[in-house]
Amino acid sequence: MKNTQQTQPLISIKDLVAKYGDKTILDGITVDLLPNEITVILGGSGCGKTTLLKNILRLYEPYSGTLRYWGQDVLSMNEEEFSFVLKRIGMLFQNGALLNSISIYENVSIPLEQHTKLNREVIDRIIRVKLNLVKLSHAIHLFPSELSGGMKKRAALARALALDPEILFCDEPSAGLDPLTSAALDELLLDLKSQLNMSIVIVTHELASIHRIADKIIFLDSGKMLFYGTLQAAKEAGIPQIDTFFEVGKF
Amino acid sequence: MGKPVKNPSKTSLAPLVQVQGDALILSGELIFSTVPAFGEQTSKILKKEKPVMLDISGVQRIDSSGVAYLEELQLALQSRKAPKAKEPKPGIFLLKGINDNTRPVLETFSSLKLPDIPMAEHISFFEGIGSGLVNGFKAFGESLVIAADVFFWSFYGLGNRSGQRKGSFVQQGVALGVQALPIVALLSFIIGFILSLQSAVQLRNFGANIFIADLLAVTMVREMGPMLTAIIVAGRSGSAIASEIATMQVTEEIDALKMMAINPVRYVVVPKFHAISVVMPILVAFSILVGELGGLLIAIGYLDLSLESFVNRTIEILTLKDLVVSMAKSIWFAWVIVVIGSYYGFQVKGGAEGVGKATTASVVASIFAVILFDALFSLLYL
Ligand SMILES: Nc1ncnc2c1ncn2[C@@H]1O[C@H](COP(=O)(O)OP(=O)(O)OP(=O)(O)O)[C@@H](O)[C@H]1O
Ligand SMILES: [Mg+2]
Repeated sequence: MKNTQQTQPLISIKDLVAKYGDKTILDGITVDLLPNEITVILGGSGCGKTTLLKNILRLYEPYSGTLRYWGQDVLSMNEEEFSFVLKRIGMLFQNGALLNSISIYENVSIPLEQHTKLNREVIDRIIRVKLNLVKLSHAIHLFPSELSGGMKKRAALARALALDPEILFCDEPSAGLDPLTSAALDELLLDLKSQLNMSIVIVTHELASIHRIADKIIFLDSGKMLFYGTLQAAKEAGIPQIDTFFEVGKF
Repeated sequence: MGKPVKNPSKTSLAPLVQVQGDALILSGELIFSTVPAFGEQTSKILKKEKPVMLDISGVQRIDSSGVAYLEELQLALQSRKAPKAKEPKPGIFLLKGINDNTRPVLETFSSLKLPDIPMAEHISFFEGIGSGLVNGFKAFGESLVIAADVFFWSFYGLGNRSGQRKGSFVQQGVALGVQALPIVALLSFIIGFILSLQSAVQLRNFGANIFIADLLAVTMVREMGPMLTAIIVAGRSGSAIASEIATMQVTEEIDALKMMAINPVRYVVVPKFHAISVVMPILVAFSILVGELGGLLIAIGYLDLSLESFVNRTIEILTLKDLVVSMAKSIWFAWVIVVIGSYYGFQVKGGAEGVGKATTASVVASIFAVILFDALFSLLYL
């Protein structure tokens, strides 16, 4: 615990409350996420994991609380200031969210064309590399509607990685993937972390995957954060909900 | 990691390109925001000097854009050295000074070992015309198949209601018919009014005032009534049918129906078919009446005809055949609209984008078909 106090937190969330209308989904979330770590958000279906991600990214404005990236308060930023933060972040949505009217190649090229002044050849190369990382080189000219569910996920990951984000958010990246592809995806995430110093926040239900990649876990239950810490500590904490989560998942 | 958020370019070291001996020395940060500047400096230098190696020992930070740029640069140097060799050998071959900062990134993002990917196919102009024609014929054939399906199940479904959505006949009747009533009324009134006004000016010159009733009766009953209504219904209901079915198709609802052993045409289209067959003649009759009303205003107010003579003349001029053709037309138009809407709905390709395209295409096609069939009717039953 001591050395974590020395590093500045990457994302610092304090008393975050998230609501849809009058319905409170998350209540009093307080946590500091550290750089160069993979943080896994856990919790039952519908407990607010996606909501937490969307609030951290200000896709939904948090109802109250503070939110800091790299020590900077982002809730007080206007759209333009926050866009500088967003350019350093990649997000993989739960259902991919690829633009359906354009090909995979063009989907990945959007951020590169909009946010950089690179020339065509360099962009072309980056797109091919990113698609190769997610093992989709063969699908480069296909359209999203021509891909399987898992392929869409991977294409969306390539798009999220387009600008080499410093933080990558993933909402259930391995849902819909077979165990082998899922393991390869975990490898990729670990590579991104170790080789590129990327920090990753990820929602997943796959126990195998959690064991492979998690540095820290956040456990959500009925709107509250029950636990934040390492996987080992979570198992030893003696919190009944967490114990059942790992017990039932073991089969 | 604790860099300030704003203006990330200011925090990166200024790019610097130098030549030393036969090596091009890059130093600074080779990242998304600086690569374009490196590109400018390098292309200036390459005009004068002829380096054959890249030295990146001075590069503190690199990302995927830097890697891609270095590779482009290596290929450029290589092709200058040996212009004849079109395909330079893959591998990191002209780089030196790779350090611990840059190695992992170079390894992760190297594209030199990737297989070449063929570019997207281009279709030539004549190929485009040819395949367009072929597709057109195919579409026509397929729409006939859907039409046969729709007609079969609709007439079969008259006696046998099972397999249709419950309670949907009335609901569809309201949606397709009642809600279209105000707009049909308004447009018919305006058309009747304008048509009469235009003719009235001419007729008065000849003192043929009473013929306004003939003109209006024939145009409204035989042409404008059915066609105007059909165009409105195509825009409102044809598009609704197409987009509903298309949405069901892309969200796999149609597949789900099939899996429950429910015929999608029977379940989704047949109630609409029944409803529109009943509602359309009523709408057309209504449109004719309101159109006549618009004409009546002109006849009385501008041509000084009496209400009685206008009505008598109208009844006199209309034959049973006119009315039958008018009703036949309206039912036929209704069927055409349903069939075309369903065809485009079931044919949808792609996601949400496809739904929009299918809807637009169905409206254009059904208005076209309505006008075409109207012309045919007029030629056949003059
Ligand atoms: N746009 C919305 N408007 C209103 N309520 C919403 C909205 N999106 C989600 N909710 C509600 O918020 C709660 C949390 O949803 P969320 O999508 O965050 O769950 P989740 O933890 O990501 O679940 P899953 O694991 O199934 O993806 C749910 O009860 C849901 O009904
Ligand atoms: Mg979710």
